Amino acid sequence: MGKTLFHKVWEDHAVRKLPNGQTQLFIGTHLIHEVTSPQAFGMLRDLGLTVKYPSRTFATVDHIVPTNELVEPYSDPLAQAMIEALRKNTKEFGITFFDTNTGKQGIVHIVGPEQGITQPGTTIACGDSHTATHGAFGAIAFGIGTSQVRDVLATQTMALSPMKVRRINVDGKLLPGVYAKDVILHIIRLLGVNGGLGYAYEYGGEVFDNFSMEERMTVCNMSIEGGARCGYVNPDEKTFEYLKGRPYCPNGAKWEDAVKKWKSYASDKDAEYDDVVNIKAEDIKPTVTWGINPGQAVFIDENLPLLEELEGSDRATAAEAYEHMSLTPGQPIRGTKIDVAFVGSCTNGRMSDLEETAKYLKGRHVAPGVTAICVPGSQVVAQIAEAKGLDKIFREAGFEWRGAGCSMCLAMNPDKLKGNQLSASSSNRNFKGRQGSPTGRTILMSPVMVAAAAITGEVCDAREVFGFAETVSA
Amino acid sequence: MAALEKITKVTGRAVPVPGDDVDTDRIIPARFMKCVTFDGLGEFAFYDVRYDGEGKKKPHPLNEKRFEGATIMLVGSNFGCGSSREHAPQSLHKFGVRAIIGLSYAEIFFGNATTLGMPCVSVDKDTLHTLTQIVESHPDKALTIDLEKMTVTAGENSYPIKLAETAREGLLAGEWDPLALLLNKPEDIETVADRLHYV
Repeated sequence: MGKTLFHKVWEDHAVRKLPNGQTQLFIGTHLIHEVTSPQAFGMLRDLGLTVKYPSRTFATVDHIVPTNELVEPYSDPLAQAMIEALRKNTKEFGITFFDTNTGKQGIVHIVGPEQGITQPGTTIACGDSHTATHGAFGAIAFGIGTSQVRDVLATQTMALSPMKVRRINVDGKLLPGVYAKDVILHIIRLLGVNGGLGYAYEYGGEVFDNFSMEERMTVCNMSIEGGARCGYVNPDEKTFEYLKGRPYCPNGAKWEDAVKKWKSYASDKDAEYDDVVNIKAEDIKPTVTWGINPGQAVFIDENLPLLEELEGSDRATAAEAYEHMSLTPGQPIRGTKIDVAFVGSCTNGRMSDLEETAKYLKGRHVAPGVTAICVPGSQVVAQIAEAKGLDKIFREAGFEWRGAGCSMCLAMNPDKLKGNQLSASSSNRNFKGRQGSPTGRTILMSPVMVAAAAITGEVCDAREVFGFAETVSA
Repeated sequence: MAALEKITKVTGRAVPVPGDDVDTDRIIPARFMKCVTFDGLGEFAFYDVRYDGEGKKKPHPLNEKRFEGATIMLVGSNFGCGSSREHAPQSLHKFGVRAIIGLSYAEIFFGNATTLGMPCVSVDKDTLHTLTQIVESHPDKALTIDLEKMTVTAGENSYPIKLAETAREGLLAGEWDPLALLLNKPEDIETVADRLHYV
């Protein structure tokens, strides 16, 4: 029997078995940011420890950076204190920091791939649950807590229990107007928000073969929303093509060696999986959430579930969701009025997301009363987008064009919902209060669906608004 | 490094915090994570469900006088889903929680809590229901979680609990924070680093 990529990478990085049965696993790449690292550096100092492999540690600032205020000190003194703590810590321990003045700052899960730090066959850890994003390159990437950030800083290892591997095949061809975001929302809806508990998800099949690296990242990014701590796609020519020439990738003769090594990590054809799920691409339609977790989702043309259709605890969570969202069981989701449209985040804040959205925004305008913002995922994304004139398209359509950061995905900066505003959002979580107001409401969807909602002022089918339907029937 | 306490039992009064899929944004809203230490997080545990927009207390078990000082939380399934923020278990720990009894836990939360020496044990639905009833009617009575016998005891009655063996071993051995173990064979770490193609 062959091995999966997960098992090959795990075996190569295993240091030893710990007395409690866990594995001490070597973490080749450690990504840090301002929110979950300062306490870890504090613990290092308290214990008199240092950073074992500073050259394998990379920092950026993303969660708290204001996106409309580029001059320091920031108006929020706590945000200022956090960025300064990261500057001090990275300087003291000799860690590369993609600070705001480098032109490379951005959301950690966008910066890693962009700089070529994220590579196949590696282990990656970051104090952020969306670290699975890097799995798009065939890396095993874990979101970790702050004590583990401390562990990785001090030892470049952490204690982990092995995982099972579930292969998720999506075969066939996606219909026009169906995006990577719809694929992952559909997977989470099918398997549940805790369906991935104890599993690493290996995504594959025709749809993933055809996906760009950015689309693969969108899917891997939300693995945790399905309960899976990591998710990955096997590396292929697209992976290598994306990485070639990036700043932190091997070059010259070393490039060929690296590609050879990377290829060897892909799951064997006869690899054994603990579970296999098969999904037909044609069954997936544009998907939106209606509740307070990412599994509470429907196709855009569906009505919301009736409480009596749901079992036990799902029913209780749904009742809570309906109350919070001010939605009624059985109603269509289409036509729900929105107040805010947000394009951005580590899920959908990349170049291809902005390009695809701009394509449909061109010549159109945001509905009166809707606040629309576009937040590029990194300074590099912003620079390329601006060079291509996308900022102009977004602005002319009535969107605010902002600086790079996490922004309204989790509202640790000044970008927040007010009161019970409803947001059409390309981000990854619709938890109560997630976008900065305890009573604020979030409907997750693809960036193109956000654009359609922004233009019409309500949740709607982008395929109709933008004329995809004609393409479908053609 | 100082030796850690061996955690064999947790005894204390309990408070039910019902609901499934309670996420880490609910346990500690992101705006309270603007800090460079974990100090002071305790008062913000479950803030938005405990307080309204004006900072007035809302009806919630954690606000009830009869559950004041409880050190064990009773929770539903997939508790702690969402973000990897250790701020969530840290805020509960600083609030006074020393153990959690529930149906199931999100993986990262479970690991983060265990590393703080705060066991997250699982029970079946019937047991959770029974324990909740006991706690509701006798909030002054303590429960005892016994990690050696793998039971939770309420008065005369004991019920079986589950806990991943790795976490149980760590807690019983006083090795629930793995850092000391991770530090003690640096040569093994370097051997792996040397054989990897990219380090």
